Amino acid sequence: MKATVFSLFTLCLMVQSIMIGQTKDMVLIEGSRYIPLYGRDSTVVEVKDFKMDIYPVTTAEYIQFVETHPKWRKSKVISLFADKSYLADWKMDLKIRDSISEKNPITYVSWFAAKAYCECQGKRLPTVDEWEYVAMADETTKDARVKPDYNQQILAWYEAPRTKENKVGQTKKNAWGVYDLHGLVWEWTLDFNSVLITGESRKDVDKDSNLFCGSAAVNATDLMNYAAFMRYAIRGSLKAKYSMKNLGFRCVQDLKEQR
Amino acid sequence: MKTLKTILLGLALILLSCGDEEKKEQHTITSDIPVSREMLAELTAPPNVPTPVGRRKAKKLIVNMEILEEEGELTDGVKYVYWTFGGSVPGSFIRTRVGDEVEFTLSNHPDNKLPHNIDLHAVTGPGGGAESSFVAPGHEKTFSFKTLNPGLYVYHCATAPVGMHIANGMYGLILVEPEGGLPQVDKEYYIMQGDFYTKGKNGERGLQPFDMQKAVDENADYVVFNGSVGALTGDKAITAKVGETVRLFVGNGGPNLVSSFHVIGEIFDKVHVEGGELINENVQTTLIPAGGAAIVEFRVDVPGTFILVDHSIFRAFNKGALGMLKVEGEEEKKIYSGEIREGIYLPEGPGIQNMPTTDEIVESEIPAKSFKEQMKFGKQIYMQTCFACHQAEGQGIPNAFPPLAKSDYLNADVNRAIGVVVNGLSGEITVNGNTYNSVMTKQMISSDDVANVLTYVYNSWGNSKKVVTKKMVDDVKKK
Repeated sequence: MKATVFSLFTLCLMVQSIMIGQTKDMVLIEGSRYIPLYGRDSTVVEVKDFKMDIYPVTTAEYIQFVETHPKWRKSKVISLFADKSYLADWKMDLKIRDSISEKNPITYVSWFAAKAYCECQGKRLPTVDEWEYVAMADETTKDARVKPDYNQQILAWYEAPRTKENKVGQTKKNAWGVYDLHGLVWEWTLDFNSVLITGESRKDVDKDSNLFCGSAAVNATDLMNYAAFMRYAIRGSLKAKYSMKNLGFRCVQDLKEQR
Repeated sequence: MKTLKTILLGLALILLSCGDEEKKEQHTITSDIPVSREMLAELTAPPNVPTPVGRRKAKKLIVNMEILEEEGELTDGVKYVYWTFGGSVPGSFIRTRVGDEVEFTLSNHPDNKLPHNIDLHAVTGPGGGAESSFVAPGHEKTFSFKTLNPGLYVYHCATAPVGMHIANGMYGLILVEPEGGLPQVDKEYYIMQGDFYTKGKNGERGLQPFDMQKAVDENADYVVFNGSVGALTGDKAITAKVGETVRLFVGNGGPNLVSSFHVIGEIFDKVHVEGGELINENVQTTLIPAGGAAIVEFRVDVPGTFILVDHSIFRAFNKGALGMLKVEGEEEKKIYSGEIREGIYLPEGPGIQNMPTTDEIVESEIPAKSFKEQMKFGKQIYMQTCFACHQAEGQGIPNAFPPLAKSDYLNADVNRAIGVVVNGLSGEITVNGNTYNSVMTKQMISSDDVANVLTYVYNSWGNSKKVVTKKMVDDVKKK
C-alpha cells in the first residue's frame, strides 16, 4: 500500500516536471483585501498573491491526465469520489464522444477529480475568495462590480443555453489576462461548500435557509448580488462527488516565496 | 340471564353507534386520514387539468416533476429562455385530495445551468418543501408531504435569486380537493398569470434576456396568461358549449403584479375567494394576489367569444394579459339580443360628420360597357384621385410629380403602369429626361376603375392610345 502511494507520488512529480511548461498559461494575480459579493456587509477578506490558469482545463488536457492516472478513468473511478455522471460524455476511458471537442472545457468531473488533477501538477483549486476576486474584473477594470454592464453580461450567460459547447478562450480576456470566468461553465472551488456549512457569515442566520426565499433577500441589498447569489446557489447545491454537464474547473498555484 | 341480555343489548348499541361513525367518515383532523395504495399522479400542461379526484380515497401519490430551462416564444418574434416545471409555463398542474401523502421527486435536467427547488404553498413544513428539494443540475431530490388543507395553491421555485426564478416562469398550481371532490362541472381549465421583464421594450424582436432592473422597479414589459402572449387566443382559446358550467383554476405567479381577473361578458356565479373555502357569489372581477389563486365558476348561457383579462386594462391590451373563451351553441335572445337597431344620433348644433373610411375596395357598380364609358368613368376617377398631383392636363408638377402627358415612362410599358397604380411606386425614376424621387401610394380602387383611369390617361394628352381592360389589371394583380 505504502509503495503504491509512493509511486503515485513520484508519478505526480514526474508529471509535474513534464508539465512545467504549463505555468506559461498562468498569470500572476496580485492579492488584495476586498469585500466579496456574497459576504456580509463588513466582512473583508484578504487574498494573497497567486497564479491562476488563464483558461479552464480543457478536455484534451484531461485526457492526458487520465492517460497517466488510470484511477481517474471512467471505468476505474471510485464511486465515493465521483457519481455516475462522471465523464458522462465520454465514450470510453480515453475516448470522448464525437459531439464534443477536445477544446471544450472539461466538465462532468467531480470535486475530488478536479482537486487531484490540480495537485498532480503542483497546483490546487482556487478558493471561493480567490476565484471571486479574479472574477470581479471585466476587460478593463479589476473591480468592475459597480458597472451595470458587468452584471448584465454575467446574468445573460446564466440564461444562455448550451455555452458548455463553446471552446475555451472565446470570451473576452479580463483585466488580469484570464479568460472564461464568466460565460462558459461553472467552476469548482476548493471550499465550494464552506459558506453553507460553517463560517462567520452564518452565525445569526437559520442554518440552511440563507439561500431560500426570504433569507436570500436579507443580504441582497443591491442588484449586483443577483449574479453573485446565483453562483452562491450553484455552489450550495453541490456535493463533492457530483459531476455536472456545466461544471468544470481551473487550477491556481501559490507563489514559491510564500510557501 | 337478564344481565347477559342487557350486556348484549349494550354491545349491540355500541356496535351500532360505531357503525354510524364509520359511515360518515368525516375526518376533522385531516392529518389522521389514512392512505391506501400508491398512485402515479397525472400531470397536465396548461390549459388542461387532470381528472377530478371524485370519490377516491386518500392515497400515496407519486409526483415526478422535471425542471427544464428552455427557449420559447414570448410573443411573435420575441424569444425568451424560460425556466419551467415540467416544460410549460405555468408548470404542470398537480391534482390531489385532502389526506393524500404526496411523494414528490424533483429532477433537474443535466442541461440546466442552475440549481432549483420547489416551494409548494400546499405544504405544511419549513420552506414549503424548498429546503428538502434544493437540487443541482443532473440530480433529483425526493421529499414527501401530506395535504392537510383543501384549496388551490401556488407552487414556485425558491432558489436565490427567487425573483428571477419566478420571473422566468417557475410557478404553477397544485389543487387539494376536499373529501368527495369538488362538485362536478362540464369544463375545467388551468390559467395562470405572470409578468415578464425583458431587456428590450415590449415587442422588440430576438432573444430577450431578463431585465433585473425593470423587475426590481416592477415595470413589466409583458403581462400574460399561460406564459406567452396569445397562449389562450385564436386556435388556442379555451372552449365551452352553451349551457355548460365552466370552472377556471386561476393562479398568479407574479413575480410582482396583482391580477384583477375578469371575463368580459360573464359574471362569476361562484368564486372560491383566494382559492380557499370561502365562496362568494355573483362576482364581476376577482383579485388574485401574486403567489395566490382563485377558483371561479360560471354557466355560459349565450354563444360568443368571451375575453379573459387582467382588468388593470392596459396590461390586457398593451402587454398581453388577454385570453379567449369561445362558446358555441344556440343564441339565447332573451338573455342577450345582439344588436337590435342602429340609428344616427345627431346632437343639437353643428356636429362634425366624417365619412366612414374603410380599407375594402368597393367594386364599381356599373362596369363600363364601351370605350366611351371607360373614358367617362376614367375621367371621374382621375379627377378624384390623380388630379391633385398629376394635374388637370397630366402636366404634373416640375421636380415633384412626373407628367403623364406625352410620358415616355408611361408609354413604354403598360403593365408597369398598371403595377404602379395597383402597388404604388417609390424611388428615383426618369420621365421625359427629368428625374423624380417621390412616393406614390397604392390606390385603393377596383380593377375596373384602374382599367378605366389608365385608359383615360393613355387616350389623353398625346399618349399612346392604349386600351386597358379589367383582365389586364387582374393579371398584374395576380403576379
